[in-house]
Amino acid sequence: MKKQTFTGSNSLLRSLEHEGVEMIFGIPGGAILPAYDPLLDSPIRHILARHEQGAGHMAEGYAMATGRVGVAMTTSGPGATNLITPLQNAKMDSTPLVAITGQVGTAAIGSDAFQEAYTTGLAMHCTKHSYLVTDAGELPNVIHEAFHLASTGRPGPVLVDIPKDVLNQPTHWSEPSLAGLPGYKPTREGHPKQIKAAIDLIESAERPVLYVGGGVINAGASTELAEFAVAVNAPVVTTLMARGAFPDDHPLALGMSGMHGTYPATTAIQKADVLVSLGARFDDRVTGKVDAFAPHAKVIHVDVDPAEIGKVRQAEVPIVGDARLILRALLDRVLSLRDAADAPRRQEWFDQLDSWRKSHPLSYDQDPDGPIKTQHFIERLHALTNGEAVVTAGVGQHQMWASQFWRFSRPRSWINSGGLGTMGFAVPAAIGAKAARPDDLVYALDGDGCFQMTFQELITAATEGIPVKVAVFNNGGYGMVKQWQSLFYQGRISATSLGTTIPDYPNLAEAMGCVGLRVTHADQIDVTIEKSLSVNDRPVVVEVVTDPDEMCFPMIPAGGSNDDIAMGPEDL
Amino acid sequence: MQHTLSVTVEDKPGVLARVSAMFSNRGFNIHSLAVGPTNVEGRSRITLVVDAPELEQLKKQLHKLVNVIKVQELEPSETLEAEVMLVRVSCDPHSRGEVADTAALFATRMIDLSPKSMTFEISGTPEHLASFLEHVRPYGIIELVKSGRVALKKQSDVSTSLIGGGTR
Repeated sequence: MKKQTFTGSNSLLRSLEHEGVEMIFGIPGGAILPAYDPLLDSPIRHILARHEQGAGHMAEGYAMATGRVGVAMTTSGPGATNLITPLQNAKMDSTPLVAITGQVGTAAIGSDAFQEAYTTGLAMHCTKHSYLVTDAGELPNVIHEAFHLASTGRPGPVLVDIPKDVLNQPTHWSEPSLAGLPGYKPTREGHPKQIKAAIDLIESAERPVLYVGGGVINAGASTELAEFAVAVNAPVVTTLMARGAFPDDHPLALGMSGMHGTYPATTAIQKADVLVSLGARFDDRVTGKVDAFAPHAKVIHVDVDPAEIGKVRQAEVPIVGDARLILRALLDRVLSLRDAADAPRRQEWFDQLDSWRKSHPLSYDQDPDGPIKTQHFIERLHALTNGEAVVTAGVGQHQMWASQFWRFSRPRSWINSGGLGTMGFAVPAAIGAKAARPDDLVYALDGDGCFQMTFQELITAATEGIPVKVAVFNNGGYGMVKQWQSLFYQGRISATSLGTTIPDYPNLAEAMGCVGLRVTHADQIDVTIEKSLSVNDRPVVVEVVTDPDEMCFPMIPAGGSNDDIAMGPEDL
Repeated sequence: MQHTLSVTVEDKPGVLARVSAMFSNRGFNIHSLAVGPTNVEGRSRITLVVDAPELEQLKKQLHKLVNVIKVQELEPSETLEAEVMLVRVSCDPHSRGEVADTAALFATRMIDLSPKSMTFEISGTPEHLASFLEHVRPYGIIELVKSGRVALKKQSDVSTSLIGGGTR
């Protein structure tokens, strides 16, 4: 038998194996075809998505559930353009991702060939970096660099575009190096002078707040954060991306701040004299009107990306570096000055926070005979799973309610689309998370509008044996947009109604090889959840028919000051 | 306000596109741009003159580009700058002598002559070029093309700051 030639495709697979890749989410096609042949002989599992956007979000879910680099592979042209949304989503939420796209043959590039798109050009604004590989000999280094870039510094998506002839080119594989990245040197250790300055400021603060972002989860710094918060005796606010970075049942936890954050969290920042930002980026959903944000606070800004510091808000003490190393250094500095037990008591501040907790709690009314409130279902799901599920969400009201009413206790248990706000994220992200962590319960909390954008990936889940669970909160429309129309457009409801009867969700689920359930009355919630938890050989979809008129509060209107929190429509 | 930035980059395809794309993405305006190789193989230098109220964020965003190796802001008083300009000046056989005399004062090279015009090549500081233009403008400027600015940090101790040099 003729010996098989070692080609660019073999080199690609060898490189992916070398990076420790255990699974790829993708869809084949003309230009990427050569790479799918050696995949048959590779230990790497391929999960065949039904749409490239789904493959990308699965890779994100995988990455967010594990902290490892997620990998998506698609063909050229539409395969690549369908990946653009996940790439931008991963860029906004700093998720480590490597996307591999096929490209038309080198000789055809620029000729408007079949399924040609200028992929590296399209990806320029929605990746951390991108490569067009023009010689198969570059593959070991390029793949190694791509994984290094995706996973270090501020994590993000990296795209590698490979023309078909490069995949077919005879080549050999050699141990890769990072010598090709002369300009990339992310800072990890915080500057000692800044560490000292930060502690001086925190120790003398009367009303400090730790404002924690997704960077703390990316850095794996939850343990250090908990130790530090106690050592300096400061309350902790988490952003949407940081839910789970700090346990919600901790006495120092204030919950999420911002547009739909809790009153104590948002107000604590407004009244703070020292704001310690840890891996957060002063997003407009957090700050509201920037000029009115945390007006009394001196800011300590810790971020691995120097460009985030001073981008929105000037920092009195900027510290560039890895959140875990910096928290450790901050902790060491505090403990070199005094015992942990001698932290400032700040009784007045904590009394104030407690009074806000009591006067402005998160609330909703579940009428036992009335329509189901999404918030109530989420609380019941949390109770019946002991809060031990990995929860994913789409975008909108259900996402905000999930972030408000799920009591998070550990990092990487909350997977959602924060920065880009990508509807349809929940189902594919849950599939990626479940594929990565098969022993954990993964429950997607989704809206009906979101579900209709990507539900076909449940076919992927059913055929690949990835038994995720999905609650579809069916309020018959795009709830959050409808809420804005109700509040700010005189109730003129335009193009936000989807109807509640089509599709028939349980039947749709069954048609896709899943178990379909429906719950319409509050007294049936527990038994339905139990039923969903009892199925483990197939995905389960639970249609939860919910109150179409329920609105999400607290709320700060876009561009409003965080001093003006509306607890209900009467406050607007 | 105009600032001059010297950006050392890897000499790879698409690097200039990444730099200019970042400018448009972040809403910065490029006034002039010049790209060329350096004395180090595999390194190019992009010299940018930008209109921006402050440079901090811009410099950080440039640094985030993986192919960018070094970003240096060039202070006018510590910088050697040059541009190249080709100018076609209207003149007839009667005025040709005057134009040529003026051009000689500015150390230009006459590179094209027609019955109705003379074309000059001139290089030097932006001020030098501007001054030449002022002197030939009365004759009529038919066409003009200018290169992007190139700049290097001075190594001598001579500073023009004491005599108010600089382009801002």
